[in-house]
Amino acid sequence: MKAGSKLEAVLESGRFAVTTEIGPPKSASAEPIRKKARTLRECADAFNLTDNQTAIVRLSSLASSAVCLQEGAEPVMQMTCRDRNRIAMQSDLLGASALGIRNVLCLSGDHQTFGNQKEAKNVYDLDSVQQLMVFRQMRDLGQVWGGDVLEERPKVFLGAAANPFADPFEFRVARLAKKVNAGADFIQTQAIFDLDRFERFMAMVRERGLDRRTHILAGVIPLRSANAARYMKTKVSGMSVPDEVVDRMKGAQDPKKEGVRICEETIERLRAVPGVHGVHIMAIGWETIVPTIVQECGLVPRS
Amino acid sequence: MIIAERKDLGQILKMVEGRERVLVAGCRSCVSICHAGGEKEVATLAEALRLKAEQERRALSVTEVTVERQCEKEWVRELAPLVSGSDIVLSMACGVGVQVMQEAYPDIMIVPGLNTSNMGAPEEQGIYMEKCGGCGDCVLHLTGGICPVARCSKSLLNGPCGGSQDGRCEVNRDLPCGWDQIYHSLERLGRLDLLEGNIPPKNWLPSRSGGPRRIIRASIVQGEEEKAEGKP
Repeated sequence: MKAGSKLEAVLESGRFAVTTEIGPPKSASAEPIRKKARTLRECADAFNLTDNQTAIVRLSSLASSAVCLQEGAEPVMQMTCRDRNRIAMQSDLLGASALGIRNVLCLSGDHQTFGNQKEAKNVYDLDSVQQLMVFRQMRDLGQVWGGDVLEERPKVFLGAAANPFADPFEFRVARLAKKVNAGADFIQTQAIFDLDRFERFMAMVRERGLDRRTHILAGVIPLRSANAARYMKTKVSGMSVPDEVVDRMKGAQDPKKEGVRICEETIERLRAVPGVHGVHIMAIGWETIVPTIVQECGLVPRS
Repeated sequence: MIIAERKDLGQILKMVEGRERVLVAGCRSCVSICHAGGEKEVATLAEALRLKAEQERRALSVTEVTVERQCEKEWVRELAPLVSGSDIVLSMACGVGVQVMQEAYPDIMIVPGLNTSNMGAPEEQGIYMEKCGGCGDCVLHLTGGICPVARCSKSLLNGPCGGSQDGRCEVNRDLPCGWDQIYHSLERLGRLDLLEGNIPPKNWLPSRSGGPRRIIRASIVQGEEEKAEGKP
């Protein structure tokens, strides 16, 4: 075991993993994290704590992850390249490990112009591939970048993102390979609505044997309304939402129920895709629906 | 070349407020080509300043001049008679020109008429695109002749982020994704293999991160004796 996290243990044992997301609050209070962690801790193996997602200032992912851990829920600390240089990144990784955080997700991060600090200067000293290279060196060789020796190595299971719906499509698998070569132990994908395209992506992944070198967790989002579906289809870069999904949401008497049904059908289909080792449920602002979804998909109990 | 654009007239008026003899100094180099600070733009701005003074019934004398290159002190020195007859110089050069002027004439205020933006090139008439990030360690041989430092919004070195769609950047749909361009350039060149290897963390020391950069070309640096002899 590289890190000894629960997520690592589940994936290494070949069981189908479940992760979900807890969005940190725009607040100096940790109470919302505690509440969500208590509600959800039986529903998943690990919980992503987002890092100022969409570049909006929130409680830090490091602090949120520590709080999540105190509540008995295993965190996946997200860390973007947008806000830190390699000094801060390595320092935060050591800090996270010292606090008992065992999973870290390496990300480029949404550009700052999306958020509430549009005039900020971004960093991008490293990109997410380089971040993985640096973190793996710290963990496996016990050295910071440049070679200085660490007295104690960070114990972290390293994750990265993959987006099968961004372009150029042909390069997406090559980019995933780069992340795997750089040290990604697990991958969480962008939310999947377009299963045909995802299956084509996975065929290319298997062709390169990447599914045997990393654990791919397929991302899903339960939709709450037809508007949400339309918004993701037209406004969010790197998302593919087929018309059929929008139409189903539009035609539904109870859109929330329909959204959950679509999400559960997607999970069922994803479980049958060779090389998919788990599911990552992103119920942004609707975390309370996660217990229903995992229950109805037969994904609980988790231990 | 260096791409710049003129500041708002309101901002310029504020900088020259209370001055009666203004020298508007353009540059025939980059900023002339990008229609920001050449002879024509100098004339336009000078006229605007005169008009404004007339409306406000203020006495104002505006002199126009455009030099070959404001970034070289040899050219800037020729302006001495005009500068000494002014109480402020409004430089229509890039930020380099403004500073070379200030070094040449330390006793007079030199203010910038332009905002200096980037190192780029005209795409078509009136459209200028940033091309080079000036990082001091060129990687264009690995990226199909397209700079990821300048042309990817996140300066990523290992491929496009998840926000690249239909060849457009997530930051602005009017902006091409630099990495999409890199991919297709390498595809045309039959060198997609270059994208397979991981580019390790970049050395940013030769970039601005290492502090102001000073390049010394030893072979042509003149010794004290040569300087004294006045050799060119």
